[in-house]
Amino acid sequence: MFGKLNWHSIPWDQPIPLIAAAIVGSGILAVLVWTWRAGHVPYLWREWITSVDHKRIGIMYCGFALLMLMRGFVDAAMMRSQQAIAYGNPGYLPPEHYDQIFSAHGTIMIFFVAMPFVIGLMNFVVPLQLGVRDVAFPTLNNVSFWLTASGALLINLSLVIGEFAKTGWLAYPPLSELRFSPGVGVDYYLWALQISGVGTLLSGVNLVTTILKMRAPGMGYTRMPMFCWTSLASNLLIVAAFPILTATLAMLLLDRYLGFHFFTNELGGNQMMFVNLIWAWGHPEVYILILPAFGVFSEIVSTFSSKPLFGYRSMVVATMVICILSFMVWLHHFFTMGAGADVNGFFGVTTMIIAVPTGVKVFNWLFTMYGGKIRFHVPMLWAVAFMVTFVIGGMTGVLLAVPPADFVLHNSLFLVAHFHNVIIGGVLFGAFAGYNYWFPKAFGFRLDERWGRRAFWLWVGGFYLAFMPLYVLGLMGMTRRMAHYDVPGWQPWLIAAAFGALMIAGGIACQVIQLYVSIRNRKDLVDVSGDPWDGRSLEWITTSPPPPFNFAVLPNVTGEEAYWGIKSTARDNGELSERPKYEAFHMPRNSPTGVVTAFFTTALGFAAVWHIWWLFVLGFLGAWATFVIFAWRDENEIEISAAEAERLDAERRNAKARLLDIPADQPA
Amino acid sequence: MLRRLPFVLAAALGGCAPALLDPAGPVAAGEKTLLINSLAVMLGIVIPVIVLTLAFAFWFRSGNGRAKHRPEFAYSGKLELLVWSVPLLVIIFLGGMGWIASHELDPRRPLAATRKPITIQVVALDWKWLFIYPEQGIATVNRVVVPAGTPVDFRITSATVMNSFFVPRLGSQIYAMAGMEAKLNLMADRPGRFHGLSAHYSGEGFSDMDFTVDAVPAQQFAGWAAKMRGRGPALTAASYHALARQKGNVTPFAYGSVPRGFFAAAVREAGAPVHETDNGGRES
Repeated sequence: MFGKLNWHSIPWDQPIPLIAAAIVGSGILAVLVWTWRAGHVPYLWREWITSVDHKRIGIMYCGFALLMLMRGFVDAAMMRSQQAIAYGNPGYLPPEHYDQIFSAHGTIMIFFVAMPFVIGLMNFVVPLQLGVRDVAFPTLNNVSFWLTASGALLINLSLVIGEFAKTGWLAYPPLSELRFSPGVGVDYYLWALQISGVGTLLSGVNLVTTILKMRAPGMGYTRMPMFCWTSLASNLLIVAAFPILTATLAMLLLDRYLGFHFFTNELGGNQMMFVNLIWAWGHPEVYILILPAFGVFSEIVSTFSSKPLFGYRSMVVATMVICILSFMVWLHHFFTMGAGADVNGFFGVTTMIIAVPTGVKVFNWLFTMYGGKIRFHVPMLWAVAFMVTFVIGGMTGVLLAVPPADFVLHNSLFLVAHFHNVIIGGVLFGAFAGYNYWFPKAFGFRLDERWGRRAFWLWVGGFYLAFMPLYVLGLMGMTRRMAHYDVPGWQPWLIAAAFGALMIAGGIACQVIQLYVSIRNRKDLVDVSGDPWDGRSLEWITTSPPPPFNFAVLPNVTGEEAYWGIKSTARDNGELSERPKYEAFHMPRNSPTGVVTAFFTTALGFAAVWHIWWLFVLGFLGAWATFVIFAWRDENEIEISAAEAERLDAERRNAKARLLDIPADQPA
Repeated sequence: MLRRLPFVLAAALGGCAPALLDPAGPVAAGEKTLLINSLAVMLGIVIPVIVLTLAFAFWFRSGNGRAKHRPEFAYSGKLELLVWSVPLLVIIFLGGMGWIASHELDPRRPLAATRKPITIQVVALDWKWLFIYPEQGIATVNRVVVPAGTPVDFRITSATVMNSFFVPRLGSQIYAMAGMEAKLNLMADRPGRFHGLSAHYSGEGFSDMDFTVDAVPAQQFAGWAAKMRGRGPALTAASYHALARQKGNVTPFAYGSVPRGFFAAAVREAGAPVHETDNGGRES
């Protein structure tokens, strides 16, 4: 009836996961009960859970990522504290527990923090910057989000029911094969990533289509804001790379469930094939994450320097060169496999070539600042910290790309320091910068600056304190993923790194306080103009928060920096542009398709992990039926009348008139 | 832990240099030089960029009346040329260095030395290392003795999951994989004791999967090998399987005899021994 699942699947003898799960579980329960009692459930269901509005979905993605960041950080804190004390003794985490923690940390941080954060930002910003009303497939967008959430739910279930993978975040076979990992941990990993991977792929298809097919009149490719370009590159990579991940994990699933031998030690299986395939996805994945962050910084550096982005076309070329080259470097993740000097040399050189367009980007941000009037609001602080931190990470990356240097640095803490240097210093700083930058657009009030600065300094300081010692440890020959060690010289550096993690915890605490304080003081922080930073792209032309349809009339784009052009013209002429002709239009209706599908896929994944086959079939049929029902829907759009559009737009135009200090429209 | 703190600090600060910066053989020395040279080349561009970033950020702050505001400065052909060519030149230089070094420090490449190389075959097991000396007819576990000043031709495989054979002070690591035979040429310049480890995570006992490398004078090595031969247990299929099944920390010991072709069989079996005797699973 319940497959492999029984009373002993719950780790009663391990207090740490049980207590953690109890705390988290009661927290969730309390929130749910409060929401129910306060009568918010219908509102949440109507306005958020079933929403097909790209802005709402983007916000849910980002909120979800922030939540999972805390989960992933708890893992990090446990690892840092374990290694700080585990010299010559086993520490407080036995290997079977420690191994799950670092596997979960990597999986969660990449798939359920970094990915949803950048996808959330792209979802929220791209249609606004393109000057359109929604993404190409609004309901699919909602499905993508809920599939991601479904995968995350499965991973978090593994904390209490069963176990998580003890294989590292990429689950290299043969360790991840049934013979060496007979437990359910790897199955949780595989099904969670398969389900959320489908969501990510759909999201990529959606955004590529949106950018290629739906732009405001006059918005040619070379007039798109930089963030749209980097989003395009990133989503093209998603569409090209995620099927590889799905296929690779499917082969491992076949090995584990049906006795295939793709990657086993026996019967002609080939583990090296898995390693090649997983990195054929894995390296583009790095650029899927970092390219949107580059876009965020391009927007922020330009806005806060009060200047157009320097070398826009150069930046576009650099972005697309990175997009293509990212598929030609995967072998640098395993120079130590013994491919030979020619192969290693080739991939070493292609890897280094990526540093050229990346270097171009850094220089162009520099020259964007040159001659500017830089306003140091919180997003700009993150941008400067990023530029300094990222070049260090880039440098150590090029160092690792020299094959013989990699022979001694591979898998060491030097490598760990390097990728945290680029992922925290690049992706996460970018996500935080974007969060502070676009928050007023999303909610109509700014985030508190004081707490934002505190969070910034603690995060940046904590990052350096936590990861610079790891570079040193790598040079001392310490390899990654060690639960304990016997080399005395390593310990002081690990203690320093643990204090770094503590500082980052302070940074996270400041971010939580920042959000709380900002909501409390939202009246003082209110943004009435829709343009709090003197912005240059189209998201700032509409109100904060924008109406569900973003624009009553799609803006007419006549050059780069569409909104800056319109704003300058209005300022020069001393009057707003002519009032447009309003027409009725349609917006998609909200749909429970996503959340219902995710309900069934979660059941499907859970059933597959525990071999509960009737539930597996039920989950599959349910998810399929949901789609069929959605496909046969009768009506899916609501009409916004011309009068309604005009009424809402009049408010916006008056706000802009006040912002620019020019006469408002006369009442019609 | 607190009582040990002074000792720990002394070891860290006053003690030996980081392993990778204290090479004990030609491969490690070559890699250290390469590391430092590449770093120096890149610092030549990275430090100015960091300084410029901070300088521009400071000078062009909005409150600074002395900074010249150029709100339209968004393109300059000359600067574009510069921003593409500077990184390009650096990368051409570094890429050339990397290409040449990949060939010079190729793990398969025999090392130049006056003495004839010896062969040592390495099998990664759960979670210990087996070293076979085919020419001497002996084998050791978790401790490998090598003659100083003599190139060692390591042949590496795994009877279990992927591991990585790594002695930081001697240089290059390479993956140990079932069914594969990796080649790695290393040499210790002088006698000494070095720390070796698995540099690829391999499961529960991974953290304890380290070993000792003892480099001894060549004469002493021959004497040691002769003394070991015939003493202690024999490495046979049965004792090998028994060793493979043993979990966790194994105190170093030696086998006094090894059948001819043992390593080739271990590679061919692709990790099967554990499978045959262990009923399939690593965990029960």
